[in-house]
Amino acid sequence: MSDRSIPSHPGPAMLAPAASPAPQPADGFEDVPRRVVSKHSFGDMLFQRSVLAAGTVTVLIMLAVGVFLSLRASTALSKTGLSFFTTQAWSPETQTFGVAAVLFGTVSIALIALGVSVPLSLGTALLLSEVLQGRLRNLLISLVDLMAAVPSIVFGLWGVYFLQGSIIPVSKWISIWFGWIPIFAVTDASGQPQLQPSAFTSSAFIAGIVVGLMVVPTQTSIMREAFTRAPVGEREGAYALGATRWGMIRAVVLPFGKGGIIGGTMLGLGRALGETIAVYMIISPIFTINWQVLKTGTNSVSALIALRYGEASEFGLSALMAAGLVLFLLTLVINFTASSIVARSRSGVESDV
Amino acid sequence: MSDLMTEVVSTPATAPRTFLGAGLDGEDEAQREVRGFTARQRFDLVGAGAAGAALAALLFGWFAPLSGAIGWVVVAFLAFLGLYVLLISLDSGLEEVKDRLSAALFSTAGVILFGVLVFVVVYTIARGVEALSHPNFFVQTMQFAGPLDALDIGGVAHAIVGTLIQISIALLITIPLGIATAVFLNEVGGRFARFVRTVSDAMTALPSVVAGLFVYAAVIQGITHERSGIAASLAITVMMLPIVIRSSDVVLRLVPGNLREASYALGSSKWRTVWHVVLPTSRSGLVTAVILGTARGIGETSPVLLTSGVSAAMNTNPFKGPMISLPLQVFDFVRSPEPTMVARGFGTATVLLLLVLFLFATARALGGRAPGELSPRQASRARATSARDLLRIASKKLPDPVLEN
Repeated sequence: MSDRSIPSHPGPAMLAPAASPAPQPADGFEDVPRRVVSKHSFGDMLFQRSVLAAGTVTVLIMLAVGVFLSLRASTALSKTGLSFFTTQAWSPETQTFGVAAVLFGTVSIALIALGVSVPLSLGTALLLSEVLQGRLRNLLISLVDLMAAVPSIVFGLWGVYFLQGSIIPVSKWISIWFGWIPIFAVTDASGQPQLQPSAFTSSAFIAGIVVGLMVVPTQTSIMREAFTRAPVGEREGAYALGATRWGMIRAVVLPFGKGGIIGGTMLGLGRALGETIAVYMIISPIFTINWQVLKTGTNSVSALIALRYGEASEFGLSALMAAGLVLFLLTLVINFTASSIVARSRSGVESDV
Repeated sequence: MSDLMTEVVSTPATAPRTFLGAGLDGEDEAQREVRGFTARQRFDLVGAGAAGAALAALLFGWFAPLSGAIGWVVVAFLAFLGLYVLLISLDSGLEEVKDRLSAALFSTAGVILFGVLVFVVVYTIARGVEALSHPNFFVQTMQFAGPLDALDIGGVAHAIVGTLIQISIALLITIPLGIATAVFLNEVGGRFARFVRTVSDAMTALPSVVAGLFVYAAVIQGITHERSGIAASLAITVMMLPIVIRSSDVVLRLVPGNLREASYALGSSKWRTVWHVVLPTSRSGLVTAVILGTARGIGETSPVLLTSGVSAAMNTNPFKGPMISLPLQVFDFVRSPEPTMVARGFGTATVLLLLVLFLFATARALGGRAPGELSPRQASRARATSARDLLRIASKKLPDPVLEN
């Protein structure tokens, strides 16, 4: 800090008044805190005005996005009403369209993604915060952060050209042995079990795995951060009482990191819901609700937008905006819940020199 | 009062020591090691691993009609876990078994995670080398290269230029606006600032494809009537701005309050405090925030998919005509079934990946330091400045003759 020049002219005092340290009630006058009224200098006025302007512009841009989306979406929503949420087909030209199928696909892909990502990120976060030490630990922590920045199209390429081919035996094995659970069955229209490989490609399962791997780094770093914040005193207390490392983790780290686990999971869910390009590359889009997650064909809101925006008429575009708005509101609710949970679990945000 | 003081001072010398360890037998108590391995634990691991692999090989090769690499790994892993538990339970109790089993499971999660993530990157680079080994890939465009042409014709120079132009325009808007907004949130505050923070937090939830759809409907259909680089830049801006604001906000919040107070106490005004204390203190963090936002903005495909348009020729004018960028070029290449186009797609993805890795490494090198922590060069510069200041002050205080001595 010492390389900064000292301000050449003293500005007005800005400090809040400190409580008077030595009250002297001798002459009977009561002590009242001195009111500090600061007059802004011209430079300060300019500064305050300009950052206020920046904040206002930011808010205006963002509100413009929200308001524009809602206005355009309302055209389509007023036509369909509540059936927008129950119709599966998507054909705005004939006025029958709804998000039931795409929303179901979005949520099913996101849930599969969580099924992949949560065990992996929880285990890795505990590994990084409790088991490893030294250089390897620092290296892996940077690697996790780095992986969060890998573009989604790279994951999409990997999913299409590598995973698609090698996961089919696994899908098939699950559908043979666990086919009695309805969601793992793969049947044709007449209810006959399907076994040929082409019945297992482009499924919600494959898309879910890829999206799950995409969100793992984000979840891992949030969870790890929450775990490392577990207080040292409690950790040492657990060890002093004779706990093993797992005992300490169960009694101290997991309870303290609970907020981080839930918050990280939900932030990952928010990203999984909005993911477009990897899903779009993998799935083969259909407009019916497909409960069989291993079977070919699913859909998602963002893939629908990427698929249909080009050919859409004015009204079709407004229908797409309605779908986008529903997705936005869904991620919004999830993100706000997540960040309030993470914030509540945090203590000692203030730092000091 | 003084009696009490002497008593307090004298007590420790005569009181019996109550803490354990050093003193009586001269032996220091060793700290309990909770992270390392003993040799015996290592043997358990290696032994169980070898036995698990052998058992799986036996099952797959001779006894059972099982096949497939994935199945082998799963069976070997389950056998390893079972044998590992057995080995530990030979000489320790239940708690110890649980402890070591949990560590083994955490390590498994880590190995799977890092294995897969590194594999995704290596796979892309390995398949991209085919296209990247032709130097024309970096300097030519796809204008005269058809889908059936070999890899020694055509390249992605136009996409690289497009990405750089689009991200530059986006940064030109995002950096001043984002950081000024973050300063507003932290240094001015008030009810409106809280509202701004809520709104920008909400916008981080905006799916990137919806940002693209907004620009498509509002800017392209409403104003320009054609896809262009500027539309893509705006879509990236809408997506990046909340990310940059949020991370800058976090960084600025970490600036210690007493640095600000010290500045105010020296009589400086608010904007001088921000300019000379708050921003320099958090400079490395702010740079990191911007670079990570940039990496997200460069890599995201869906906003540019709707807004930039596809072109095969070089276009350096962001206001006119379609301008393709790297992620969209990848997407466009792999839509073709031709093997050379797919190879080009992987090559482009590798270029994009390396660009993002480079940005990330830069962010790591610049950031990663706590606010106020200086790099060696900054520290030596700061020392030089304060030495100069000292000299200046000394020269003012002391009369000339003393200095001449």
